[in-house]
Amino acid sequence: METGIYNKRKRSNKVGLTLSMFAMVLGMVVLLWILFILFTKGFAALNFNFFTESTPAAGSAGGGLANAMVGSLMMVTSCTLISTPIGVLAGIFLAEYGDRSRIASITRFVTDIMLSAPSIVIGLFVYAIYVAQVKHFSGWAGTLALSLLAVPVILKTTENMLRLVPGTLREAAYALGTPKWKVSLSVILRAAKSGVMTGILLAIARVSGETAPLLFTALNNQFFSSNMNKPMSNLPVVIYQFALSPYENWVNLAWGGALLITLTVLGLNILARVFFREKS
Amino acid sequence: MTGMSSGIQLTAQTAKIVRIQRIQDFLFHKVTLFFASLVLIVLAGILISLIITSWPALSEFGPGFFFSSEWDVVNQKFGGLTSIYGTLVTAVLALLIAVPISFGIAVFLTEMCPNWLRRPLGTAVELLAAVPSIIYGMFGLFVFAPLFAEYVQPALTSTIGQVPVIGALFTGAPNGIGLLCAALILAFMVVPFITSVMRDVFEIVPPVLKESAYGIGCTTWEVVTRIVLPYTQAGVVGGIMLGLGRALGETMAVTFVIGNAHRIKASLFAPGSSIASTLANEFGEAEPGLHYSSLFALGLALFIITFIVLAAAKWMLARMEKQKGAKS
Repeated sequence: METGIYNKRKRSNKVGLTLSMFAMVLGMVVLLWILFILFTKGFAALNFNFFTESTPAAGSAGGGLANAMVGSLMMVTSCTLISTPIGVLAGIFLAEYGDRSRIASITRFVTDIMLSAPSIVIGLFVYAIYVAQVKHFSGWAGTLALSLLAVPVILKTTENMLRLVPGTLREAAYALGTPKWKVSLSVILRAAKSGVMTGILLAIARVSGETAPLLFTALNNQFFSSNMNKPMSNLPVVIYQFALSPYENWVNLAWGGALLITLTVLGLNILARVFFREKS
Repeated sequence: MTGMSSGIQLTAQTAKIVRIQRIQDFLFHKVTLFFASLVLIVLAGILISLIITSWPALSEFGPGFFFSSEWDVVNQKFGGLTSIYGTLVTAVLALLIAVPISFGIAVFLTEMCPNWLRRPLGTAVELLAAVPSIIYGMFGLFVFAPLFAEYVQPALTSTIGQVPVIGALFTGAPNGIGLLCAALILAFMVVPFITSVMRDVFEIVPPVLKESAYGIGCTTWEVVTRIVLPYTQAGVVGGIMLGLGRALGETMAVTFVIGNAHRIKASLFAPGSSIASTLANEFGEAEPGLHYSSLFALGLALFIITFIVLAAAKWMLARMEKQKGAKS
């Protein structure tokens, strides 16, 4: 009797833990499988032209993704320049003024939701308020959509990082008679610098891979263009269109582009971790 | 009294500095407040603009829009049911698959993993979360779906497919792409999100509780199911809801593999569509008018559904947080 229960417990323990280990192995296998496919198919598409030529016409050979890379780079850069000050200042508000304010707690709640909100709806929103009004797709519209996704990431990380700064540092600065804005900007923000950088890098990583919000805003452009007021080519949308096309050359270019953005996004994530670890 | 006030007599110059600093502080407060409230303005803007743009469709078809499965561009008859059905089915199926796997990984990482492996494996799971969703879509379409059609679907049809009632879910042409395939790809995508929340909440269980359980002779599995899980209930549910929110709104991973058909079939092998995939496919070609406005109405439905799910997730996780504060 006693040993019966004992054996049963031992067995269920073994089964549970084995299944857990199996889940871990499964997760790793999927990650490695995706990376393996990405590297083998992606590297095959990389050559010199890939980086220097614009997207080829349908069905033709050769070509590259230069226009898409430049477009993505321009949109992500301007998105970073726009969303960093907004996110950081809003984060300062939540961390430094937000303890007892009602608007701060609502903002915090909404930010958490916007972090996971469907990005395609953000694209619809920008289409409705901007693209439909000016009646043309543009790089700026894409930038706006990406910024709406980046701000919550920066805001949230900034607030968390500012809260890690010890209160004594704040008090020491106040005791010297420093006004609050100077304490926030030159003492607290500076102390949390690497943490805030982490947030910015994570935001860049997040928006670099986003496709859905760009479909209705920046759209695509077959030709090289650096005019932010015109439809603009960008890596995610080019990958989407090329991958679903029947042309072998386009599909290959899509794999090359997919490898490129994955490496960028994973690289930024690892960089963000290094930044954060340096601090702590 | 008089002695004190003469002690802090201000010269005209310091009074001026104090005044300037007050103004600067006031401005700084208002500027940061403004940027923080931008988030709220955007949320309100999204809701208002979606309601305005979807109004023509909503007033034409009434609430029946959400219960009609007709989606006929030629005759201008639109109903969102097929897309809403596809969204819910793929997301729920994805969670049914992803939750046990995430739980297993979280248990492995917190209870079984040797210390030196904990960090690299945890990082690997988080990197899996960072992979852009379009990569999952391409992987699904070019690699997973063909294998799925060749090996998994026939096997499912010949086993579960023979069972009465449930069997209908697993019959039909093995095309690879379809609702079930989309759900599997979504499951791969949400596993890292759910895992990292579960791991984080498992880690806040006070060691004393676990050690007491081990002390009276519990096995690891009993500690996990009888101590850790009840203690972290709210957080685990919050993490699952967070995954659900992600799965509902995911566009790219689903669009590649769902098949994009506006039909509701009993079989999970059949192609379908989700709200996000419908938007990605049709928005570019929609003419201004009812089609366009119906797509906005779908977007509105998606936003409201995910908002409710994510708000519930946030609420559960906040409860967990409070518990942590109270007991630590």
